[in-house]
Order: sequence, then C-alpha cells, then structure tokens
Amino acid sequence: MKINELISAYSELTDSAAGKSAIVLMTRIRLARNLADQPFPGWAKDTQKRASRDACLQAVASLPLMKRGLAVAIEDLSDLEKQILVERHLISRELSHSKGAAGVVISKDQSCAVMINEEDHLRIQVLRAGFQFKKVWNTINALDTELEEHLDYAFLPKLGYLTACPTNLGTALRASTMMHLPALVISGQMEKVVRAVNQLGMAVRGLFGEGSDASGSIFQISNQTTLGETEEEIIKHLAGVLNTIIEQELNARGKLLETDAHKLCDKIGRAYGILQNGYVLNSAEAMNLLSLIRLGIDLGVYADAQRAVVDRLFIECQPGHVQFAANAASEPGQRDVLRAARLRTEFANVPAPDFTHTAQ
Amino acid sequence: MANSLKCDLCAKPATVHLTQIVNNKIHKVDLCEACAQAKGVTDPSGFSLADLLLKASLNPEPAAEGKCPVCGMGPQDFKKTGRFGCPACYGHFPSLLDPMLSTMHKGIAHTGKVPQRALERKSLYERLTKLETELDLAIKSERYEDAARYRDEIHQARQNADRKLEQA
Repeated sequence: MKINELISAYSELTDSAAGKSAIVLMTRIRLARNLADQPFPGWAKDTQKRASRDACLQAVASLPLMKRGLAVAIEDLSDLEKQILVERHLISRELSHSKGAAGVVISKDQSCAVMINEEDHLRIQVLRAGFQFKKVWNTINALDTELEEHLDYAFLPKLGYLTACPTNLGTALRASTMMHLPALVISGQMEKVVRAVNQLGMAVRGLFGEGSDASGSIFQISNQTTLGETEEEIIKHLAGVLNTIIEQELNARGKLLETDAHKLCDKIGRAYGILQNGYVLNSAEAMNLLSLIRLGIDLGVYADAQRAVVDRLFIECQPGHVQFAANAASEPGQRDVLRAARLRTEFANVPAPDFTHTAQ
Repeated sequence: MANSLKCDLCAKPATVHLTQIVNNKIHKVDLCEACAQAKGVTDPSGFSLADLLLKASLNPEPAAEGKCPVCGMGPQDFKKTGRFGCPACYGHFPSLLDPMLSTMHKGIAHTGKVPQRALERKSLYERLTKLETELDLAIKSERYEDAARYRDEIHQARQNADRKLEQA
C-alpha cells in the first residue's frame, strides 16, 4: 500500500462512527516496547538508530494484521503526508518532526499503527471508533504477543517493560479516549472536571495531545501511571472515571435543556446556518460548529446518520486534509475559504434542524 | 504557615500548594508563583503532576553512580532529558530511579503482562550455553558418561523448544 492510497482509503476513524459513539468518539491504547540490545532512540547513534529501525520495520511489517498495509521510513514522507497522519492520530507530532532513522507501519483499515524510533523503539497503537476498551485491548495484546515472537524486548521481571522515560515503565500502557463534552464546556464545568480527573491521577489533554487546545469541546483523557497495576486494572480504573464523566455530561445536557433550551437550540441552529452558508472558516471555528451539530444529533435535532459525517469532518477540516483535498499548497487564509466551501457542499443536503422535541 | 514552605523547584517561598491523590496515596507539591505559572499548574487543561514530580525528584543530591557502562549515559544527561539511554541504565542508576518510582507510579513492582516467549527464549539460551560448557568440560576431562548425559540433555531441551514453537 502506498501513502496516497492509504489517505484516500476507508479508515476506522473517518468512516465507521457507530451510533453508540455519542460521547466517546474513539478509544485508543498504546504500548511502548524497546529492543533489549539497543540504546533508546533518543540516545542512540545514527547507525544504531538505523539498525533498530530496520529490525523493527521488518518484524512489524511481517505481522498478518499489517500485511497489505503501509510500511515506510519517515524520511520518505512529505511534510503534508506526515501532517495528514498526525491529523488522523496515526503518528505523533514528535515522530513527524523526527530527525534520523524512524518509521511507521499502518494497517490497511488504519485501526492499528506502529511508530518506530519515536521516544521508544516501538509505540504500538490500536484505535477504534466509540467506547471499546475490551476490543482494543484484546487486539493490541495479541499483536504485541505476536511481535514478541520476532523481537527480544527489554524487560525486567520487577520493573516490567523498560522504556526511555521512567514515567512509562512497567506495563508501558497508555489507554485513552477522545470525548465530546459540549454541555460541560457550555455550562462552565469543564475546569472542575479537569481538576477532579487530575486528582485521580489521570491526564486531560486537547484533541491532538499535549499542548493542544480543546476546540470542538473534544478532550483526550488517559491514565498517567503505568507501574504497579496490571493492564486490565489500569483500563478498568480509567473506564470507571470515564463513565462518571459521561454521566456528568448527560446531566449537564439535561440541565441545559431544562433551564436554557432556547439558547441551546439557537446555538445549534446557527451552527447549521453558518456551515451551510459561511465563506471563510478557520479550523477552530469549524470544529466548534461541528461540535454543536454533533450535540444536536445526540439531542435528536438532526438525523443520527449525520454523526458519521460530522466525525469524518472533524478530521477532514484539519489544515493538512484541506490542503490535500485541494491538491495544492495553500496559505492559511486560502485554506479557510477551501474549508468553508467543503463544508457548504457537505451541509447543502443535510435536512434543516427539527426542534420539536427539544425546545418545549 | 504557608510562608514557611519553600518552592520544590527553586526554593523561593511557596504560595501554590497542590495535592494529588493517586490510588489513595497523597502526593504534595509546593511551588512559588513563577514556577507554578511556568509548569502550567494554573492551566487546568495541560497540567500533569507526574511530570512535575519527575523533575522535582531529580533536583536533589547528585547520583552516586558514574556513566552507564553499556551506553555511556551519565546522571547529568538523565537530569537534562528525563530519559534513560538504554535498557541497562535501569540496573545502573538505582539512586536516580528508586526515589522517583514511588512518587511517580501506583506501585514499585510490575504486576502486568510478561513477554513469555522472549523469557522462554532467553532461559533456553542460558540453559543451552551452560550445558554446552559442561559438555566441553566433561569431554576435556574424559568423563564420557557425564558428556553423554549432557549431550542428551541438550538434545532434549532443543526438541522441547521446537515442539513449543510448533504448538504456537
């Protein structure tokens, strides 16, 4: 598979959003693994980095799940191609900027991606649309076990899997979900939620990880500690916290409908108007409008079938995707016009909002 | 009372006091206003106490160990980046690692997944190496009965490993 085939192919995140993914857009687990006999990528010399990259790339690409997928060296990708992979959550920003030998292997359906020579030799990641920890854990666990047949991992019985940074030591597992929490944001409760989640030892970040903002009311919530608990326990604790957040969001939605229904309907209706008729939209504004449409879908204002469209547009509104679709490098100002044009086309056929069930 | 506390990072008077509970363990950090700003403590969306504790626990006394004999990384390099150089560093820098682990994680011992196949491979390799040394020794000292036994054991171990591979 070539990179441009992959970009235009069916993908887990852009095409499979199920009705059940109302609040949780996506579930993701990553495992960090390192080769036993090589220095970690950040400390390795160029020749060592190339040796570990080549060994990992070959082992990962030979896995049955990765057959017919994409396996490339990072230096063989253009800046735009790398940006698109970042926007699809398939590689990290860190890997896209990496100097020296690095690589990535991505499965055909884009539900599985293995980064090579990021902070660790291997960062194995499996993601699925919706709230699906069990399925994602089973997949990644099997993949990791298979990979271990071919590679000798750095592991100590007492400390677990050894990672470049001791914060990942042990299970080296980070489980996270992408959550859409518009009502908590609108009602000004998000700061409180973030503080509570932090106190429980979990991290809250924006859509694109560390340092990114939370446009579109989308938050990434993940475990912070990796040593001293089994993988299943870590996932169970996180899922417990996430279920509480889902409950809080649903409560906040109920409260808004009770006290402020007209204002809320107005926001949801205006978003539709702007998406259908706007001419210049930057990505933050587009994200916030799409977020309101998504909330409208959850409240029955728009048809359920639109959810998959909105989830796809969350990704396809990002600068790299807009530029790729236009097939030309463009300035941010130009991109905002292209983005608005794309959204006008997408929303031209979306039926008008129906407020009969919400605005009474 | 608050004024008597010093910032964990720069030793100025601390005015920001944070408490994070990780699985019933309380972690406390005291910071001055400037450090709290710099570390993003006041920005609730991007703040991770784990990162802060990592850096804070790195500041006190220098490590007793010298450079890692395998990769050449020194304690100062670790303090700069917060990353180890190679897997062997974990065995080489206990005075850096040990105080960090208990504040950073829920426990200090791994209870999760074990790379079964890799460990089997490793123990088979070690067992074969040992048996082969014994075999050589036995032949050299003309203990032929022992040598035959070692040879059979090596054969047996190899066969077992092959059978396991087939099953997998």
